[in-house]
Amino acid sequence: MTHYLLTIYQPDGEPPAPEILEPIMKNVAAFEEELRAAGAWVFNGGLHPPNTATVVRARGDDVLVTDGPYLEGKEHVGGFTVIQAADLDEALEWGRKAASAITLPVEVRPMTSGSGD
Amino acid sequence: MTEEIAHVFREQYGRVVAVLVRVFGDIDVAEEAVQDAFTTAVRRWPAEGVPPSPAGWIITTARNRAIDRLRREATRDDRQAHAALLHARDEPVQEGAVPDERLRLIFTCCHPALAPAARVALTLRLLGGLTTAEIAGAFLVPEKTMAQRIVRAKGKIRAARIPYRVPGEADLPDRLQAVLAVLYLVFNEGYTASSGEALVRADLCAEAIRLARVLAGLMPDEPEVLGLLALMLLTESRRDARTGPGGELVLLADQDRSRWDRALIAEGQALVRRCLRRGQPGPYQIQAAINAVHSDAPTAADTDWRQVVALYDQLMAVAPSQVTAVHRAVAVAEVAGPAAGLALVDSLELVGYYLWHAIRADLLRRSGRPEEAAQAYAAALDRTENATEREFLTRRLRACERASPGAREDGG
Repeated sequence: MTHYLLTIYQPDGEPPAPEILEPIMKNVAAFEEELRAAGAWVFNGGLHPPNTATVVRARGDDVLVTDGPYLEGKEHVGGFTVIQAADLDEALEWGRKAASAITLPVEVRPMTSGSGD
Repeated sequence: MTEEIAHVFREQYGRVVAVLVRVFGDIDVAEEAVQDAFTTAVRRWPAEGVPPSPAGWIITTARNRAIDRLRREATRDDRQAHAALLHARDEPVQEGAVPDERLRLIFTCCHPALAPAARVALTLRLLGGLTTAEIAGAFLVPEKTMAQRIVRAKGKIRAARIPYRVPGEADLPDRLQAVLAVLYLVFNEGYTASSGEALVRADLCAEAIRLARVLAGLMPDEPEVLGLLALMLLTESRRDARTGPGGELVLLADQDRSRWDRALIAEGQALVRRCLRRGQPGPYQIQAAINAVHSDAPTAADTDWRQVVALYDQLMAVAPSQVTAVHRAVAVAEVAGPAAGLALVDSLELVGYYLWHAIRADLLRRSGRPEEAAQAYAAALDRTENATEREFLTRRLRACERASPGAREDGG
């Protein structure tokens, strides 16, 4: 089994209105349940907005701490899920389900961890 | 003997690589092993003769040599070698008939998670046995760029675990579409090289047809596969007639039809008939049928244009596209006159597409509007790099300029 990171990309700005968000959250919950029931769930987490982020950089022996996200853009990582799957087709199937539930683009990327055979 | 080995290489490379990818679960290991085995063949076959089953011999030799090599490397903590050896232990090669694993490999090479250019490169490399240099040359890309493209794609297949598998029924239509698109792209790149001196790179056309034949053999029940093969054969049948003695482009209407390849036409038309009997039309089958109508006409004037328009209508219904609409307009012009075709073309506005300008120019010319036609030919010229097409368009442009009322004595 290989681990895959499913990254959810979210546009910057205010979250959608509750009447839009509510059914989405319901679908997301159902997706997670399906993922767990299939034994494919490894870990997941939602993130606070990028303005809550802090970047730490090593500068010789020192570290430099700055406010804000590392990358500034029109979109940011809103959350992620780590799954395990036999191959990319299986991982993409979960990615497809995630993207339809969340209605946002999902990046599927293999992790170097996993049982590897 | 060298020729015989080259022939075996050409015919069997994809097949043996596919089997070894299955055995080792790794494309690089498979390719290296097959390369090794052919090197051994070059050394031994001249003295020992070609074995009764060359493909079987290559597979066995490649497998044994790869296992020896991997065992040596695996002692040095090489994860990839270990994984390939484990894989080989679980995937015994059947004795006797050489299995055909190419279908799995085609679907891997044309996986939607790979960029389209990488799909083309991998398919030509792994199933066609073309070298990186040959593929780079065919697509006019520096060899280094092509090598990187291939390495990156193979890296993604390995890291992301793109499977070696024929997709299940639910995914098959979409996935097969991607495979057919790759083969057709190879064919088209060969047929109308997008830049450079020669109008046709025949070797790419031949390779696309060879791969389409392989696919048709592996998936005889998929009408679109047969449709694509028929479309390629019927298009290819006109290749010789498509250029004149000086290498200049000759349009369908002006071609010497005695130069069409009758054998290819017969094969293509038989496939079209086979598709028609199945009654599951798709875009490739319909395009093949359109080409079959042209192939049926002894002279351009005999063309059943009404049938061509009807087929374009069908094509627009299953796969509507602006480009198809432009081609349909050409057929409409034959049935209802150039003005009717021109009205359709003008409603499309495919300003970036060279053929839209070229077709518009031709219809303007035939409508007796040479000045506007000249402008449209000039616009078309700005949008193609193909030397043969440029030469044709320039010729037409000059003729229209001469025919324009304001034309100067020196022809401008």
